Parts: sequence; structure tokens; C-alpha cells
Amino acid sequence: MSQTHVVPTRVYYTIFAILMFCTYLTVQVAFLDLGALNTVAALAIAVFKAVLVVLFFMHVKYSTRLTWVVVIGGAFWLGILLALTMTDYLSRAWGTFG
Amino acid sequence: MQTTVAALPPRHYLNDGFGIRSWLFTRDHKRIALLYLATITLFFFIGGAMAVLIRLELATPAGDLVTDETYNKLFTMHGVMMVFFFLIPSIPATLGNFLVPLMIGAKDLAFPKLNLLSWYIFVVGGLFTLYALISGGVDTGWTFYTPFSTISSTSKVVPTALGVFITGFSSILTGLNFIVTIHRMRAPGMTWFRMPLFLWSIYATSLIMVLGTPVIAITILLVAAERLFHFGFFDPAVGGDPVLFQHLFWFYSHPAVYIMVLPSMGVVSEVVAAFCRKPVFGYRIVAFASVAIAVLGFLVWAHHMFVAGISVYAAMIFSVLSMLVAIPSAVKVFNWTATMYRGSISWQTPMLYAMGFIGLFTIGGLTGVFLATLAVNVHVTDTYFIVAHFHYIMVGGALMGYLGGLHYWWPKISGRLYPEFLAKLSAGIIFLGFNLTFFPQFVAGYLGMPRRYHAYPPDFQVLNVLSSAGASILGVGYLIPMAYLMWSLRYGRAAGSNPFGAVGLEWMTTSPPPTENFATTPVVAWDAYDYKGEVEGRVA
Ligand SMILES: [Cu+2]
Repeated sequence: MSQTHVVPTRVYYTIFAILMFCTYLTVQVAFLDLGALNTVAALAIAVFKAVLVVLFFMHVKYSTRLTWVVVIGGAFWLGILLALTMTDYLSRAWGTFG
Repeated sequence: MQTTVAALPPRHYLNDGFGIRSWLFTRDHKRIALLYLATITLFFFIGGAMAVLIRLELATPAGDLVTDETYNKLFTMHGVMMVFFFLIPSIPATLGNFLVPLMIGAKDLAFPKLNLLSWYIFVVGGLFTLYALISGGVDTGWTFYTPFSTISSTSKVVPTALGVFITGFSSILTGLNFIVTIHRMRAPGMTWFRMPLFLWSIYATSLIMVLGTPVIAITILLVAAERLFHFGFFDPAVGGDPVLFQHLFWFYSHPAVYIMVLPSMGVVSEVVAAFCRKPVFGYRIVAFASVAIAVLGFLVWAHHMFVAGISVYAAMIFSVLSMLVAIPSAVKVFNWTATMYRGSISWQTPMLYAMGFIGLFTIGGLTGVFLATLAVNVHVTDTYFIVAHFHYIMVGGALMGYLGGLHYWWPKISGRLYPEFLAKLSAGIIFLGFNLTFFPQFVAGYLGMPRRYHAYPPDFQVLNVLSSAGASILGVGYLIPMAYLMWSLRYGRAAGSNPFGAVGLEWMTTSPPPTENFATTPVVAWDAYDYKGEVEGRVA
């Protein structure tokens, strides 16, 4: 709040270019048959893009530690949702017959 | 106990501007609290009317008063109204809004306009839901389970879902406002560990609101989208999974129980300290227990899904995690009891409600441990045992705390005293009516009476008649405070700034407080509940 960080526009253009390249990459990867890795690859690229947006466009990279705590906390809570839900999906078939 | 001249101060937030505009455009947290109070009271009585009809129907085994379809709509609307439009906003939006700035020695919340906005959002969400109610109603249960809600139901699912979705934003904004206010606006000397425990519980509640509400909002939107456009999130025919809905729904809706009950726990801490004239035993442990309940509450949701076809291994994990919540909850109950030990207890109305909370919450909490146990859960799932359990938490716990808090701070809010005898009487009536309504439901449920049916085997009639009789007593118990609190607004004796002789910044300004709360920013040099210091003159 006390000081505002001025980011050179060059940074924004670079990030934008990277995001666009990643979009291109996603499309290209979609044409490859990676089996189970298809989803993994698409999600990995998407997460990478999201992190870039959060860090640079949302200025979290230049923000206070408390902001970092809030962002990491939010991501961690999403992790709880995904991880505990997956305990169900991954083990649902165990020990069942037929 | 009370030395100030008993007359209202010449200038206070209630006479600082008159007319409808001065209320609808106010940015004063105290006035916004009253706007919320009026709104949720309306929703409480709408939800209560549904409950009356439900209990009337169940007075006889035959489904003779309303059709099965109408009955489905009644319990759905009862749940939606009570959960989303009364219990979740109840303490945070009224007492929280009123007290957070007062208790930390601030002039207002961090974002006063955002605060007003969240009330408007709440009203818009409520209007959507009322529209759904009037234009035909919803029959999915307040839980909106798929595939019924997305494929089968022909009722007004979409407007209700939108209503709940919109209201979620009001909850998020309120939580955000409280978090920022508590972080940034504390008066000099008001350290984290000098804060009243009510604020710790409101802080923990706000964390749940901010972290959990987006999930339910999106989930309910997905239901509406799937209904309208036939996406495949939850429909197995197009690759979805109906159980996924339950995961997402309960990820919020279990912690939502703590949105309802944590603030009540905060009220109980304040009230027990004030009426035993002692600091709360183990202050820090109670403070951390609030945060622990908020965090652990996010790790237990699948205990609502043990018979829904989830993995047994996941069920075991969730069963064990669910029991962990009992630890911080029990810490609180034991610490309140230890606070009362050798305290000089005065049995005024708020204390009666606090005692009611402690007893009823303990019953509700312990039956929760039964339900967390896998084998017992299978036996009682979807029976009245569940209904009894969560009403002990939500009505016996959350609502008792709300009423206790409303009575405790009513002299501060209105500047006037309510008639103590009537208040004690209605507290007794509510306690009696509550137990008569819901205890028989434990028995009926254990014997196998399923929930959500408008007819039942005649064997259960005695228990149901008891329950319906209790509900009528309970209803009277709610109408009496409604009447005398309204009466006191005009005719009550002036309360003076600190009618209970309590310690806390909110008692160090006039009743009702001026718009800016404090003439000069207070400087805090004492711990919360420093009743010894009050006697020795350390508390300024
Ligand atoms: Cu639960």
C-alpha cells in the first residue's frame, strides 16, 4: 500500500508472449496420443500459465509476505479439496469384485 | 453495578439521520447490522412457517395435510431459508458487524461500502429464492443432490440455485471485511492475544467463509448449468459422476456448520466470562481451538457420503478425521466449565442461553461422534437421528448462542433494557420446547424412521406427536422475545453504557454508541476479561 511497484511494460509483453506460446503448445499436445498423460500434460501447461498470471499480472511477485500467505493458503485449500476427493476416486475399485 | 445516569445519550448512531435514505445508504457498520437483523428475522419466520407445516403434517401417520410433492417443497424451503438465509449470516452479519469494530476500538470496518454492498447482495439472493418459493418452490432438499436436481426434478431449481449462488458473495465479502479489519484496524495495545474470544471465533469463521464459499457457489452454478445446457459434470450418461457433486457440496457445507456454530461459541465465551466475572479459563487454548475447528472442519466432509458409494478406504480416513473435530470442541466445553468453577455466577438471561448452548451443543457434538463411526452411520443414515443431531447443533447450538448474544448486546444495540423476567421465562420455554421437539427424533431415527417422508408407520406416532407438541412450545418461545425486544425499543428503560458490568471496549462507549463509536481512539492496557483489573481500577 505504501509503495507501488512499477513494472516495465516489457515484462507484460514477455509474459503475454509466453502465455500465447503455451496456448499453442496446448493445441499441439492435444494432437499427440500420450495415453493417460494427455490430461496431465494439458493440466501442467494450464497450471504453469495460471502461476504466471498470478505472479506477474496480479503483481503477487512484488507483494508483501502476507499476500503470499493468502495466495499459497488459497492454493493449499484447493489442494485439500483435490487430494481428499482423489482418495475416494483412486481407491474406489480396490477390493471390489466383478 | 451501574453508576451512570440512566438516560440515552443525546447523540448516537440511531438518531444520526432519519428516514429511509439514511438507512439504505448508510455506511455505518452498526446500522448495516440492524438491516441484516431485520432481513434475517424475516427469513427466520418464513423458514419457521415451513417448519410449522412440517410438524403439523407429521402429527398423524397418514400423509393427509399436504401432498407428498408439497411436503418435499416444504422441507426443502425450510432448509434453504434456515441454512443460507438465516443461520449462516445470523451472528456474523448482525452481532459480528455491530461488534467487530467496537471490540477492537475502531470507527468502522475496513471497507464500509463493501459492507453495505454485501447486504444488498444478500437481499438480491434472498429475493431470487423467494421468487422460487412463490412461483412453485423447489423439491430437491436443501442439498440439491444430483442427478435428481439436474435431471429429474421439475421444480424451480435454477432460481433457487442462483439465489444461493448470489448470497454466497455476500458471505465472502463479509468474511473478507472482518479478516482485513481484525488485521489492520486494532486500537493501540489491542494485541491478538488481548482480543475478546468472540473476535477469534469471528476470525476463524471468516476464514471458512472466504476459503469455502467459492466452492459451493461454483458447484451450485454447475448444477444450474447442467440443468439448462446438459453439460456432463454430474450426469454419468455424458461422462459425469453424481458423487462428485456431493464431494464439492460437502467440502463447503460441512465447514458451513462451523460458520454457524463458531460465532455462537464466541458469544458463549463472552457471556460466561461476564456472568462469572472471571477470565475464560485457558484463553489461548480456546482461541486456537476456534482456528483448529475451522481448519479441521475442511478435512471431514465425506462423512455425509458413507453410503453414497464412495471408496471404503476413503470412508475410513474421513471417519477418523471427523472424530478429530471433537477435540477442539471438547476443549471449549471443558474450558467454559472450568471458567464457571468458583466464579460468582449470576443467572441472567444471556447466561441461561449460554448454559443451554453448552448442554445442547455437547449432545449434538457427541451424537456427531456416533455418526462419524462408520458402522453406526450406515444404520442411521437418512433417518430422524440425523435430523435430531443437526438440529441440536444448529438450533440448540447456533440459535441458542445467537439469542444469548442478542440479549447480551441488546442494551448496547438499542440503548434499552428488555424485561428480564419475560426474557428468562422465554429462555426456559425455548429450552423445554427445543428438547421436546428434537429428543424424540433421536429415538424415532434410531428405531428406523426415515427422514423426508410425509407419511410414516403408526408405530412412530407417539414420538412424532411429542415432537410436534414441542415445536408449538418452541414457536411460542421465539415469538415472546420478538415481541418484548420490539417493545423495549420504545418503552425499555435506558440501559446505561455497561448494564452488566462487563469488561470490553464495546462497554466503554455509550449505549447506543455514537456513529464514530469512540470519542477518542482507546488505548488498551489490559487483557481480555480482566475482571480483577476492573475491580482494582486497572481497566480504564
Ligand atoms: Cu458434516
